Amino acid sequence: MIRILLAGQGGQGVLSVGKMLAEGGLREGKEVSYLPAYGPEMRGGTANCSVVISEEEIASPLCNEPDVLVAMNGPSFHKFTPRVRPGGIVLVNGSLSDCYAGREDVAVYDIPANDLALEAGDMRSANNVILGALCALTHVVTDKSVLNCFNEKFVGRPALIEINRRAFALGKRAIDGQDG
Amino acid sequence: MSKILLHGTEAICEGAIRNGCRAFFGYPITPQNEVPEYMSVNMPKVGGAFVQAESEVAAINMVYGAGGAGVRAMTSSSSPGVSLKQEGISYIACARIPCVIVNIMRAGPGLGGILPAQGDYFQATKGGGHGDYHLLVLAPCSVQEACDLTYLAFDLSDKYRVPAMILADGMIGQLMEPVELPPMRPLSAIPKKDWATDGGYGAERRVLNSLIIKPEELEPHVNELQRTYELIAAQEKRCEEYMTEDAEIVLTAYGTVARICKSAAKQLRKEGIKAGVIRPITLYPFPSEAYAKAAEHAKAFLSVELSLGQMVEDVRLAVNGRRPVAFYGRTGGNVPEEGEIVQAAKSALAKARLPE
Amino acid sequence: MAKVFTKTKMLTDVPMHYCPGCTHGIVHRLVAESIEELGLQEKAIGIAPVGCAVFAYDYFNCDMQEAAHGRAPAVATGIKRCLPDRLVFVYQGDGDLASIGMAETVHAAARGERITIIFINNSIYGMTGGQMAPTTLIGQKATTCQNGRDPVVNGYPVRVCELLATLDAPYYIERVSTQDVKHVLAAKKAIKKALRFQAEGRGYSFVEVLVSCPTNWHMKPVDALRFMAEETSRTFPLGVYRDKSEEKGE
Repeated sequence: MIRILLAGQGGQGVLSVGKMLAEGGLREGKEVSYLPAYGPEMRGGTANCSVVISEEEIASPLCNEPDVLVAMNGPSFHKFTPRVRPGGIVLVNGSLSDCYAGREDVAVYDIPANDLALEAGDMRSANNVILGALCALTHVVTDKSVLNCFNEKFVGRPALIEINRRAFALGKRAIDGQDG
Repeated sequence: MSKILLHGTEAICEGAIRNGCRAFFGYPITPQNEVPEYMSVNMPKVGGAFVQAESEVAAINMVYGAGGAGVRAMTSSSSPGVSLKQEGISYIACARIPCVIVNIMRAGPGLGGILPAQGDYFQATKGGGHGDYHLLVLAPCSVQEACDLTYLAFDLSDKYRVPAMILADGMIGQLMEPVELPPMRPLSAIPKKDWATDGGYGAERRVLNSLIIKPEELEPHVNELQRTYELIAAQEKRCEEYMTEDAEIVLTAYGTVARICKSAAKQLRKEGIKAGVIRPITLYPFPSEAYAKAAEHAKAFLSVELSLGQMVEDVRLAVNGRRPVAFYGRTGGNVPEEGEIVQAAKSALAKARLPE
Repeated sequence: MAKVFTKTKMLTDVPMHYCPGCTHGIVHRLVAESIEELGLQEKAIGIAPVGCAVFAYDYFNCDMQEAAHGRAPAVATGIKRCLPDRLVFVYQGDGDLASIGMAETVHAAARGERITIIFINNSIYGMTGGQMAPTTLIGQKATTCQNGRDPVVNGYPVRVCELLATLDAPYYIERVSTQDVKHVLAAKKAIKKALRFQAEGRGYSFVEVLVSCPTNWHMKPVDALRFMAEETSRTFPLGVYRDKSEEKGE
């Protein structure tokens, strides 16, 4: 079982990556849950969601102590890093945040998602850069599932599929050579 | 059929539509707006009626009209809105009109907050409106159950002519999980209602009414309702028992909180404490027998709720003084973490072990 | 012997409970006769209010639902939206319709629900014993304004036809009276028209009927009828407030 908390600013595609993970897990026959935060946390432009992917029935859908944190900006990184379980992983969008976790027992990966997204062809694909990094690190869902999701989500818009595929690949590559 | 990823609110709607719901009346209130939004799109697709009512009061009375005309009807709201519906629910209960009322609970009292809570347990299970009546109350803990229990609620409500309530917390509303949807049930497969006021004249005419002004008529009517509730209690109690066979500490919770309790029970077992969970699926009728059975071997019970302690009263009645029943609750929209529950369970157990 | 009068079959044989001199019973008959004459009795579903007409479900010889106080238009909406080919009529008094149920009244009209509302205005709460109604006239005495309605304390009566006529959706709105035979016949015409418009699927129809309440007005029945003619209809002018069938392009 893996518990993933994804956080960022509204519009950064955090919820859409969360849904894609759940969708991908489901395609692979796993148990999944996706819980977006709503309410006061939603106001003021922050967005976060909890995704659980498991081989067995999922008891709690909450990610109070996530195995993996995806932080798309500085405030999310600093707010949620203390919650990550010891030995867990933090993926931070280095384009919009420093990488000082203030603790030694988590592995922090600095992914310059916005820069790589620009390289891929569209800033808005930063979320899928991070998704690529996440998949390379954890293999939580297969590349095939993710690419299928792209094809479905952007059906009839091949240019967008291409950009997001590139973003995903760049994110994966960013992990190679990083020790965390 | 393969599973698809759905929101809890969508699953509720699909459960309703697939079991013949053809009328929905609602009013916006967070966190259940996705229900009327979904219904506004999907009711017309199956030839059903959708009205955004001018108030929750109007919505429940539209349900009265539509349900009374023999159509499977539903309304949805969240705590303050459900308070507004209570007068109508009492009339519906008295006139014996089947319908389904969804309450995606938010934190109260008053306007409160919009985050998950379970503070409406008393209102849902003990009457809510005025007079002697009950609702059938079903509490889903997953998106699949949100669909299945809504589907079931229509059948039970029709069968007993008692209004049914889906009592869920805000988390169920937002949660997305894989769901296997039941097939669309044809309206022809739904039993006919000879009591419905769908246009009958002279000797054929029927009246749906909750004014029974003569004491010698009202008492038998209320007694008849009571007999129905007894029948429901005998036939419709549902609960999930999770690792309770040998449990020394029995956690109990409904809705999504029960899932956190399951995680806590697993953790307790890892630490060598035999823990189990009783999760009532029907809150009314309350599955008391499961507690009585567990009290044979359990040392203590712990009711975990997003409230100041409501269901715990029914747990105590069910355990009937045989074992201590402790309580752990969070309110205001806060949800207890697994660790908090583990601690509360340990402390309940420690207290129970103290010499009398 | 030749039969000169037969009671409409749309009324049951249950004796009505209305006070002597009250004209509620007349309006029941007008509604019932109209439905029968239109041949719609097999399709009729009525909604009874809370107030003097609460027992209307015992009198109309068709399917009836008894609504919560003020909610009859919402109940009617629920029925009509599900069973659009039925004739759904609502019978409400002034407290029910214009006070506690004003929201349901206005919004059912604003949505243009294809229902017919018969609004009984006797400017008093009859069933509860003569309290001030939203339609009580200025200066008119009631048990909760014993020196007569004072606009400074109690505000002014609500004119419902005029109010609903500000909305776009209603198809037909008329105010009629039961003060004498001539007016009763005119009232019947309006009620029948309203029901027919619904049956033809044209839209929302609303007939306000001025009714006397000798008991709570503390008058002899004849004086009450005179009061209606001279006083009530001054505050509530009779007439057609909306008739889309008369409008150009209909």
